[in-house]
Amino acid sequence: MTEGKRLPQGKVKKRSQLKEIWLRFRKNKLAMFGLILFLALVLMALSAGFFLDYDTDVVKMNMKDRLLSPNAQHWFGTDHYGRDVLARIVWGSRISLVVGLYTVGIAMTVGGAIGAVSGYFGGTVDMVLMRIMDIFLALPGTILAVAIVGALGPGLFNVLLAMSMCRIPQFARIVRSSVISLRGQEFVEAAKACGTKNSRIIMRHIMPNAIGPLVVQATLNMATTILGVAGLSFIGLGIEPPMPEWGSMLSEARDQMWYHPYLMWIPGIFIMLAVLSLNLIGDGLRDALDPRMKN
Amino acid sequence: MLKYIGKRVLLMIPVVLGISFILFTIMEFSPGDPARIILGDYATQEQVDELREEMGLNDAFLVRYGRYVLNAAQGDFGKSYRSNSPVVGEIAARFPVTLKISLMAIMIAVLIGIPVGIISAVKQYSFADILSTMAALLFTSIPAFWLGLLLIMFLSVQHHILPSVGSDTWKHLIMPSLSLAAAQMATIIRMTRSTMLEVIRQDYIRTAKAKGASSRRVVFHHAIKNALLPVITTVGLSVSNLLGGALIIENVFGISGLGTVMVNSVKSKDTPLLLGSVMFAAVVAGFVNLGVDVLYTYVDPRIKAQFVKKTKRQGAGT
Repeated sequence: MTEGKRLPQGKVKKRSQLKEIWLRFRKNKLAMFGLILFLALVLMALSAGFFLDYDTDVVKMNMKDRLLSPNAQHWFGTDHYGRDVLARIVWGSRISLVVGLYTVGIAMTVGGAIGAVSGYFGGTVDMVLMRIMDIFLALPGTILAVAIVGALGPGLFNVLLAMSMCRIPQFARIVRSSVISLRGQEFVEAAKACGTKNSRIIMRHIMPNAIGPLVVQATLNMATTILGVAGLSFIGLGIEPPMPEWGSMLSEARDQMWYHPYLMWIPGIFIMLAVLSLNLIGDGLRDALDPRMKN
Repeated sequence: MLKYIGKRVLLMIPVVLGISFILFTIMEFSPGDPARIILGDYATQEQVDELREEMGLNDAFLVRYGRYVLNAAQGDFGKSYRSNSPVVGEIAARFPVTLKISLMAIMIAVLIGIPVGIISAVKQYSFADILSTMAALLFTSIPAFWLGLLLIMFLSVQHHILPSVGSDTWKHLIMPSLSLAAAQMATIIRMTRSTMLEVIRQDYIRTAKAKGASSRRVVFHHAIKNALLPVITTVGLSVSNLLGGALIIENVFGISGLGTVMVNSVKSKDTPLLLGSVMFAAVVAGFVNLGVDVLYTYVDPRIKAQFVKKTKRQGAGT
């Protein structure tokens, strides 16, 4: 990527590198499978609003149709309040994806900024910031999230906040190590010699080169976030009913699982598919970005 | 070496202090009056005010935090708001179960994960490799609590092989440990496979093969030692994950371990119990990681050599 800047046709070179990564990614069948799976889930989440009404189809109780096994009218059956499981699953994909995307977005921005500053300036700034990150890393993520949600109360926004706080240190570390490895490079020194401002050097010269591992981490992190949110909701400290989060659907299904096992299978399978797709994409990206790493 | 361990233990102090400060602050934001929680809904406002004064809850935030830290430094972590029993006792009573599940989970993960990872690498692209890679992918993506529910459904409800809830016998602990182990096992399989594949391509392995060593000897004598080094770190890190995972798994199987203590103390705003149990978990994780690092220096002669040289030089200098 840095080579491209020196060439007169720099932009062309840059695009070709992206293309090369895509070509490598495309050859990876598992990664492509993950991508298609993920796109299908995204499509499901996006289309949910077109043919489902949240109030009547997703959360409204309908006791006369309760606990119907999967049939032609209700493909995934109905739950103990008579709500259509398919509708709730479809709507649930919105929640999981939104929480995943926002969490990673926030964590990546804040963590990335901390890591970049820490790595670029070094010295005391680095030490103070990294010690603070160490404190967060010393706590298992789930425990910190539980404490934050417990204090602020359950709910979509608080879960989002808690999950992003837990993920910040991981991004900070990754960005910091890439920045440290890049800051001594000639092109950074050249930029410095030209009198470029520090913020511009970080944003325009260093970050584009550090983006690879960051993207991989973001993808894999989104997978663990979706798992984490499902787990929190499952123990009643995440997204609250009646919102159809997949984990809280499993929690509600617990009392019914003996006689209505489909209530337990379906949300679990969807959590697994979402997480699997992101893991596959993340692995594929890592291999595509750094062919040397591939076995 | 002792100096190094001592330094690491000392470094844990600011981390634990930081954790307690963060949690103290978080709990400060949570609604609910501790005095009201202790006295219950039927107490009069005067009684509540009196208790608040007695507990020093009206003092400034930093004063209360400072008092907590000073007491904690003397081993007094306060009393649980709910049960009014000392936090230390509560943790001591609940931790053993969590420890048992976590140890069992680690053992399962290591004993299955490492051999499978090695076979997978040695027989790359074979059926066994594809199968284990797929299994590892699947297990990293399965929510542990869902796996727990599935196990209950198959092994307890349909076949009555194992008891579903409680923690009375070792049989009770099998399913929780299995559900906790799955994800860590998958990580260990993947890690072992990739480091093993890397090691197998090294020159010294080719040399060993060239001099006529049997493939068994090459794998067990030459490759494994080097391949397992990064795996040790992974195992150490998974302990922290296990403690976090226990929060949810204990809920699935109705086990009242440390995880349940944390969840309940969060739900009931029991600040002393939450602070105590979380700091305890962080210290446990810290010591495990320290143990792993120490083990590392013993397993890897290169690191050990570095270390010895350094101390000698320092010794000569002073």
